[in-house]
Formats: sequence, C-alpha cells, structure tokens
Amino acid sequence: MGFWRHYVFSTDHKMIGLQYLFTGLVFLLFGFSLMMLMRWQLAYPGKALPLIGSWFGESRMPGGVMLPEFYNQLGAMHGTIMVFLAVVPIAFGAFGNFVVPLQIGAPDMAFPKLNAASYWTYFVGGLIMFASFFVPGGAANSGWTSYAPLADIATMGQTVWLFGMVWLITSSLLGSVNLITTVVQCRAPGMTWMRLPFFVWTQLVTGFLLLLAFPPLESAAVMQLMDRLAGTSFFLPSGLVISGQMLKATAGGPDLLVGGGSPLLWQHLFWFLAHPEVYVLVLPAMGVVTEIIANNTRRPIMGYRALVFSAFAVGFMSFLVWAHHMYLTGMGTTMSTFFQTTTVIISIPSMVIMAMLVLSLWGGSIRFNTPMLFALAFLPMFGLGGLTGLPLAFGITDTYLHDTYYVIGHFHYVVAPGTIFAIFAGVYYWFPKASGRMMDETLGKVHFWGTLVCMNVIFFPMFIQGMAGISRRWYDGGATYDLAKNYLHLNAWMSWGAWVMALVQVAFIVNFFWSMKRGRKVSDNPWQATTLEWATPSPPPHGNFPAMPTVYRGAYEYSAPDCAEDFLPQHQPPASATMGATT
Amino acid sequence: MINHWLGLPPNASAQGPELDHMLELVHWLVVALFIGWLLFFFYSIFRFRSSRHPKASPSGVHSHFYSYSEVAVVVMEAVLLLVFAFPLWAKRVNQFPPSQDATVVRVIAEQFAWNIHYGGADGVFGRAELKLVSSANPLGIDTKDPHAKDDVITLNQMHVPVSKPVIVYVSSKDVIHSFKVPLMRVMQDAIPGTVVPVWFTPTQCGSYEIVCAQLCGLGHYRMRGFLVVQSQQDYDAWMKQQASRGTGGATSYE
Amino acid sequence: MTVEIPYGVQERPDTGLWNAKLGMWLFLASEVMLFGGLFASYATLRTYAPDWPKGSDFQNIPLGTFNTAVLITSSITMVMGWASLVMGQFGKFRLYMGLTLLLGVLFLGIKATEYRGKFEHYGVTLADGTVVTGHVESQDASRVVLLPDAKGGAAHEPMTLARSQIKRMIVFGPWYNTYLALYFTLTGLHALHLLAGVLVNLYLWGPGSRMWQREPERFTHRVECAGLFWHFVDLVWIFLFPILYLL
Ligand code: HEA
Ligand code: HEA
Ligand code: CUA
Ligand SMILES: [Cu+2]
Repeated sequence: MGFWRHYVFSTDHKMIGLQYLFTGLVFLLFGFSLMMLMRWQLAYPGKALPLIGSWFGESRMPGGVMLPEFYNQLGAMHGTIMVFLAVVPIAFGAFGNFVVPLQIGAPDMAFPKLNAASYWTYFVGGLIMFASFFVPGGAANSGWTSYAPLADIATMGQTVWLFGMVWLITSSLLGSVNLITTVVQCRAPGMTWMRLPFFVWTQLVTGFLLLLAFPPLESAAVMQLMDRLAGTSFFLPSGLVISGQMLKATAGGPDLLVGGGSPLLWQHLFWFLAHPEVYVLVLPAMGVVTEIIANNTRRPIMGYRALVFSAFAVGFMSFLVWAHHMYLTGMGTTMSTFFQTTTVIISIPSMVIMAMLVLSLWGGSIRFNTPMLFALAFLPMFGLGGLTGLPLAFGITDTYLHDTYYVIGHFHYVVAPGTIFAIFAGVYYWFPKASGRMMDETLGKVHFWGTLVCMNVIFFPMFIQGMAGISRRWYDGGATYDLAKNYLHLNAWMSWGAWVMALVQVAFIVNFFWSMKRGRKVSDNPWQATTLEWATPSPPPHGNFPAMPTVYRGAYEYSAPDCAEDFLPQHQPPASATMGATT
Repeated sequence: MINHWLGLPPNASAQGPELDHMLELVHWLVVALFIGWLLFFFYSIFRFRSSRHPKASPSGVHSHFYSYSEVAVVVMEAVLLLVFAFPLWAKRVNQFPPSQDATVVRVIAEQFAWNIHYGGADGVFGRAELKLVSSANPLGIDTKDPHAKDDVITLNQMHVPVSKPVIVYVSSKDVIHSFKVPLMRVMQDAIPGTVVPVWFTPTQCGSYEIVCAQLCGLGHYRMRGFLVVQSQQDYDAWMKQQASRGTGGATSYE
Repeated sequence: MTVEIPYGVQERPDTGLWNAKLGMWLFLASEVMLFGGLFASYATLRTYAPDWPKGSDFQNIPLGTFNTAVLITSSITMVMGWASLVMGQFGKFRLYMGLTLLLGVLFLGIKATEYRGKFEHYGVTLADGTVVTGHVESQDASRVVLLPDAKGGAAHEPMTLARSQIKRMIVFGPWYNTYLALYFTLTGLHALHLLAGVLVNLYLWGPGSRMWQREPERFTHRVECAGLFWHFVDLVWIFLFPILYLL
C-alpha cells in the first residue's frame, strides 16, 4: 500500500514529475531504437539486418529485410513518439512538474489530483501508441503529420494513432491548466512576476501554447476518425481513384463517398497545432539552459526583461506562422507574403533570446561541469538549427528545400542537440535536488563529448543531402535516384554515428541508476544557486518547504557587489546581506 | 559558393538562377551569423573560464555592438523579403508565360507513377472525368470528346523542347504527391481535388529525374519519372511517334 | 498527509481569483479552440462547396427552437441554483439544480429523437436518376414505402417503390453529405459535453452536496465552476443552432 501510494498513485508534484521523467526517457530510448532500425535500411538498403533481423516477423522484415510498409510505420512513430511521448512529457511534464512549484515557492501544484490524472492519461496514450504496432497492418504509417487522404485510407494503425492522440491531447490540456494556475496563484510571498526565474516564464508560455494549440488538432482528429469510421469526407475531395478503383466508404456507409472535403483543411489544422508545438519543444529547453548558464557563469543573466518579452513574442507569433509548412500546396501571393513575413518576424525574438544567453557568458567566471557543458553546447547547436530555418522561411528557397533532408537537418539540430541537450543538462543539474546525490562527472563528460560528436556526424550531412535534392521519407535513402548517388555513402556514416551514439548513452544510463544509489551525497544547494528550489532539503519533503519562504529579490543575483558570497539566494532576507557587507 | 559546398546540383533552367542566387544570399547570412556568434562564443568561454577569471563581473557586456548587429540582421531580413522573396514568389505563381508560347502538359500523379498528358496536335486536352477511369484509361479521358482524339498520354516520361517555357498542370488521382524536378528548380504538391499550374524553362538538353517529394505510401521512394529535354525537332519527332501509337485517350506506355 | 494548497477557497488578493475558477476559465479557453477548430472547418467546407443544403431540408426547426429554449432555461436555473447557495438556501439549490438536470436530460432526449429521425430518412435515387428524400414508413425485400419530404408545401402522399425502381438508397447518416457530416460531428461532440455536464451536476446534486455541511464556501465554488461549464456548453449551442438549422 505504502509503495503504491508513494511511487505509483502519488499526487505529489515531485513524484509525478519523476514519473513523467522515467516514462519520457523510456519513450526517448524507444523512439531512438525505431530510428536505429531505420538507419540500417538507409545505410544498407535491401540488406538483411544482422542478428536481430529475424525478430520482427514476416509481415515486417521478411528474411530480415525491412519492408517499405514497416519503414513508414517506424518513421511515423519515431516522429510521434519523440515529439508527443518523449520530449514534451520530459520538458513540460517532468521539469515543469518537478521544478516549477519549487522555484515559485509553492507547496505543490494547484490541483494535485488533476496532476496525477494528467500523468495517467499520458501513460494510457503512450500504451495505445505502443500497442498500435501490433494491430493488423501495423502502426500508423502516414508520417507524424498524418496527411489526408493518405491517412484517411491507411490501415487500422491510423485509427489507433488518432485515439492515442486524443488521450495525449487530454493529458496536455490537464497539465497546462494546472501549470498556468499554479504559476498565477501559488507564488510565494514576494515572488513578483519580474522575480520569476526565466525557466518559469518559459513554462508558462509553453502552458498557453499547449492549452490553445492542441484543441484544433483534437477537432481535426475527430474529423479524421469520422472519415475513417463513419464514412464522412471531411478531408476527401470528390471522386478519388485509389489503384484504379473509386474510393468507397469504410464502414456502414454508402457504396460511394460523397467527397467534397478538403485535404488542405487537415494540413491547416495540423500545422496550427504543430508549429506552436515546436516552440513547446524548445521554450522549456531555453529555460533550462538559462538557469544553468546563470548559475555556472556566476553572473546575472543578460537582459532578463528582453528574455521575458521575447518568450511572449515567440509564443504569440507561433500561432501565426503555421502555413510556412505549406508553401507548396499552391499558395497565392497574399497568403505567402503573410506567412513569410510572420516567419521571419518570429526568428527575431528567438535570436534575441539566443543572443542574450551567449552574451551572458561575457564577464562570467565559467565552471565547466556536465550540466554546463550540455547547456553551452545547446547554444551553437540550436543556433545552427534555428539559422537553417531561414532558407526554409522564404517561400522561393523552400520550393527547392521543402521535404528534403535539409528540413530534417534543420529540425533535428533544434530538437536533438538542441532540446535533448537541454534535457540532459536539466537532468544532471536537478539530479541532486531530486535524490540528494550528485551524478558522476567523468561518466557525464564521456556522455557529453560522445553525444556531441555523434549528433553532428548524424545531422550535419543531412544539409548536404538535402541540398543535393534527396527527399525525406525515402525507404532506400535515395538509392533509386541518380541524383543521390554521390551522396549515398554519407548514409552509412550517419547511421554509424547513430549506433555509436546509442553506445555512448550507456554512460548516461549507468550513471543515472548508479548515482541514485551510490552517488556522492551533497548539501541542499550544491551548485550554490539563487533560486528557491535550492532553499529546501534534497530531496524536498512532502509540501516542499519546511516553512513558507519569502522572496526578496530577482532570480539571478550572482556576484553582486559588496557581498561576501558570489550568490544571493532569493529567499535570503536583505538584513543579512547588509550584515555580510559590513562585517 | 556556399551552395556549391553544400552540394547544390547544377541548374538547367532559365528561372532557376534567381532561386539559386537567393539561396546563396540567405546562406551567406546564415553562415555569417553562425561564424560570428561562434567566434564570440568560443572567445568568451575561453577568456572567462573560472580558472582564469575567478571573480565574475556582474555588469557584463557594455558595447552597443550587439544592438547594432541585431538591427542589421532585421534590415537584411527585410531586404531579403522585399527585394527577393516577395517578387520571386509573385513571379512563380502569377507571371506565367503565355500558353501559346509554351509547352502545356498535365501531370496527374497516382500511387506510384506520373501520368503525363499532352493535348496533342490541336493543343487542347480532351475532357477527362474520374468516373471514366479504368485500367485501360487511367486518366478517364472522354473518348467522345473530339479534342481527345489526338491526345497523347505517357507514363513517367515527360518530353519537352528546350528553351521553351513549360507549363505543368499538377494534380493527383489519389493521395498527395509532390512533383519535383530538382535540376529545373521546380516543385509543386500534387493534391487530389485541385489542379495547380507551375512553370519552368529548360535551357539544356538532357534527361532529368522527376522526384516524388511527398510521402504517398509504400512506393513513395520509387516514384521516379523522367523529364527529357530535347531539341524542337527531336521533340516533334517523338510526339509524332507517340501520336501514331494510340489516339483518343488510349495509352502509350514506355 | 495532505498538503494545504494556497488559494483553494479564498481569493488571492493580487489576482482576485481562487484556483479552480482560474482553472475553469483556462479550460474553457481551450474548449473555445476545440469548437473553434470545428467552426472554422465548417466555414471552410461550406465556402468551397459548390452547393449547400438548407438546414430546414434536414431539420425540424420548431423542435430545434424548443430545444434551444430548453437549454437556455437550464442555464437560468443553474444560475438560480448557485445564487441560492450564495444566499445559504440549500433546499432551493436542490430544487433548481434538479430542474437543471431535468432540462439537460430533456435536451438530450430531444436530440436523440432527432438523431433517430435521421436514421429513418433516406435519399433515394430512382432508376431514372431523380432523387427523392423522405421518411421510410416500412420496407421489405421487394418494396419500400416512402413518405416524401414536403418541398414548398407540396402534397404529402406516401409512395410505394419497388426495389427494382431504386438505384441507390442512402440513409441520412453522417456519410450522406458534408452538411450531415458536420451536423453529426458538431452536435455529437456538443451532446457529449452536455452529458458530461449532466453527470457533474448530478454528482453535485446528489452525493457531492454533502460537502455543503462541512465546507459551504468550497461547495459553492464547485457549483460556480460547474455553472461556468454549463453556460459554455449552452453558448456553443447558441452558435450551433443557427449554423446548422437556420442558415
Ligand atoms: C524545436 C523545434 C523547432 C524550432 C525552434 C524551429 C524554428 C524555426 N523553424 Fe522549423 N521546423 C521544425 C522544428 C522547429 N523549427 C520541425 C519539426 C519542422 C518539420 C516538420 C515536418 O515537416 O515534419 C520544421 C520545419 C520548418 C519549416 C518548413 C520546411 C518545409 O517543410 O519545407 C520552416 C519554414 O519556414 C521552418 C522555419 C523555422 C524558423 C524560421 C525558425 C525560427 O524560429 C528559428 C529562429 C532561431 C534562430 C534564427 C537562431 C538564432 C541563434 C543565434 C543567432 C545564436 C547562434 C549562437 C551561436 C553560434 C553560439 N521550420
Ligand atoms: C523531438 C523530436 C525528435 C527527436 C529528439 C529526434 C531524434 C532523432 N531523430 Fe528524428 N524525427 C522527428 C523528430 C525527432 N527526432 C520527426 C518529427 C521526424 C519526421 C517523421 C516523419 O517523417 O513523419 C523525424 C525523422 C527522422 C529521420 C528521417 C527519416 C525519414 O525521413 O525517412 C531521421 C533519419 O536519420 C531521424 C533520426 C533521428 C536521430 C538519429 C535522432 C537522435 O537524435 C535520437 C537521440 C536519442 C537519444 C540519444 C536517446 C537518449 C535516451 C536515453 C539516454 C535513455 C535513457 C533512459 C533511461 C535512463 C531509462 N529522424
Ligand atoms: Cu508519390 Cu511520394
Ligand atoms: Cu513551423
């Protein structure tokens, strides 16, 4: 009973945060494993996968050779799992849950039971997605974007995917309501808006993005379900001919579909979610990186206000750029002018955030511990990913680059060595808070350098392949085409990069579990940080703070003049500061 | 130059250089910003490492250089938009060459092939209706339509004369595909229920690959077509030969 | 051990809100986006459709109007119920909340009849290509008795059609046309919301109301939140009714 209460059906935000973290990491590894399989097919198209090839059965990999159907399932599920089941749950569910109430001085989230409910809906959604691999015809295979009509006529896995999405959307809805309410209502006395750590701001904006962007996808999912199950034609134009046959309704309906629907409607609804979603992936990451950089440069972050306003600008603008994923759908000048302009505009506040973080290094006294290494590497890596968004942002250049590996390169730089690095940084940084123990630095550095090198080996060649005209989602990586032939050898390099990177992760996994039991015990504030989560024991007790803290100053008072220590915690009364200065 | 390093293949069309030029400019901006910030980044972490700089200074950067550079970036992006992106897009979607001076072709994508439809000698496409589609008549051409008599339909083989604009009406029978000829710098999604025209002007004879760039099912990766650009004489000869092979919606597969 | 969350019942001075109220408003904001997505789809599909049926071809407008009135009344009784609590009159709350429940169930009942009506209605394409729509009175293997819809006040005689006369016969399900697809999707989703509201209200009326003895203020808050949701669902219908029945 005690075990179940404590570890499983807990309503404590810290435990729920950890549940999100574990589940999310498992899905991260799972999503990566799918990709490692695909990378075999890309590197050695048509060759049987050695050793484990026979495990997957005749319907997926007959004789160990991957079928195109299976490749497409893996691709769609890699995207879905990485975005909805791994990165968002970790960046928002885990860090948001664990860190935000601590940083604002709250005893828990505003709605603890709702919090548990949102984790469990996520868990069910994850199980449904996982189970979809085992339904007839396999998992969803129309890309994570599920474009209609392809997805409308796809095998049963697509239906399961849609049901899974409904659960995930519900979960993120509950989570975001909870988080926003917590930040607005549960700040400790003295924690004014402009004293909030930037991490809390990024979580708040993320909460709004999830709250408002996801529901239109839910309505789209309902319509796609209707198309698939109730014979409607929301996304099906009249008179489709599929392999020589007029398309028929799936179930219960008439012999012919009425048609009259619009395939582009799906795309609009999907991208209305999915563009804000990409900022959901990166804003929390920027928040994590900010905390760690401030702490390890030992100086206040540059332009705190500019950061806050930029985060809001990014959040707001992200609702107005979605059709930059649709330049090639036959867009006229008015629409393309609008969306090119908004897309270029949104790059400005992102640039401001990044610039502030880089400029914050100047004048610091920089410590290179593992979390800091990951946070530092985030800057140029995300920078490269963000900057390569620019050639995509202009319609005319996107006519060449759209749906090539250049796009894959662009967004993996922002999500993989970008967001995932921030996630690693956050895990190393807050590990002592959650466990009272430090993770091992040597293993951490092995993990960092190995991952950094491998990430670039995997993703940089994608720009080259994309410029050469190699399209994404090609089962053979382009072997059919002559235009790809000079760039095919890169595939093997990239794939080996991915497999070696998997090995490097062993350092992290070992470190993680070993340190939980055996890591060096540390004090409550091992990083000598200023924010409130360090003002309570590690791990924090139920209810978080032995006594409600009061906040006296901004979040990043490092190396203030006339001060004995190089950091001034937010909860330290000003009197002692003056005393410190006079004695 | 950056395009070249990154492996952009040669261009074989008249409108392509504009795209390449813009791509080159954007890449210059990208590379300049990246290298600039990277140098600053490495210099900062080297100079302000704790072993060398044990006491942080809270005041930080004083120079206004950053603000100026940010303004410069905004200006450059505005120029890219106003001078290049908007006009080029307008040219792409609005300023079509007159159709009497162009080769006009319909491209109808299907899982997993490209149907290419020519108007034939009269230059007018026969009426097509999806209801009439059958395996012998993949485009559903109405054989009763007089304009259909001389139509030519090929599969995955598109021939066009050199140095003459080509207008392609792109559509699809089933799911979304994307018609792309990388060396012609032309691309357009093929969306069922809509017909979207694109144009390009080939400048060099040769055979070029047509790529399907949008996930369209399990055969997406092998949905390859060929664009053959030839002299007007060769093209006319080819067309004649095709026309004699079959008429009125009948197919002539390669 | 439970943790005391601040501002669960009292208002936070600087925001002027208690937690659940803010939470409910946020939730409703997301609901606006959910229905907004569907309304936007309605607008898009209708704009690009070559032709669009009139709502009155498919709907019984008096019945729909009556149902609208039912729902609006239920919103009023909901407010009265909450106001009774504020004034400390628990008995009256029980009464008004009970009325709200009954009206909610009545709405769902009428909706269900409307749905059933759709599934007895067919669009029949005759061998000569004409299309007749109407209510199927009876049918067997050889013939169909159809009561055609009165168009423009035309005569209203049942007609008997031999199966051989009929080319296709399609029931007014969501697959019949895009209008009905939207009708079923939108009203179905709305009905699910209403059902959820009924269940919540039922709980607050029944077992949940015991909280009134212990924590009256908290209970009043709960009813207020349920009310916000109920009014929202009502409001959605106020938009659905014209776009599906009248326009
Ligand atoms: C976290 C996710 C994320 C982020 C932040 C971004 C950010 C941006 N994205 Fe990206 N994008 C995706 C994820 C993301 N994107 C995904 C997943 C897809 C593909 C989806 C699919 O089709 O499957 C995509 C696709 C995509 C497209 C469509 C391409 C196509 O399909 O043809 C476009 C087009 O405009 C685009 C543009 C941009 C732009 C302009 C930004 C800008 O906001 C970027 C602004 C940032 C900068 C400009 C960086 C500035 C930094 C510095 C200057 C500091 C440098 C520092 C050092 C060197 C130390 N993106
Ligand atoms: C957040 C999003 C995200 C992330 C993080 C990644 C991460 C990676 N992605 Fe993916 N990718 C997508 C989102 C993402 N991807 C999307 C949306 C698509 C498009 C799909 C589509 O076409 O529809 C795509 C497509 C895509 C393709 C193109 C396929 C194609 O077009 O055919 C490729 C090819 O190489 C690829 C590779 C990789 C690799 C090698 C990683 C690596 O970086 C993975 C790194 C992961 C790890 C290093 C694991 C770490 C885990 C642990 C350490 C576990 C610890 C566990 C415990 C402690 C319990 N991805
Ligand atoms: Cu056709 Cu991809
Ligand atoms: Cu986007």
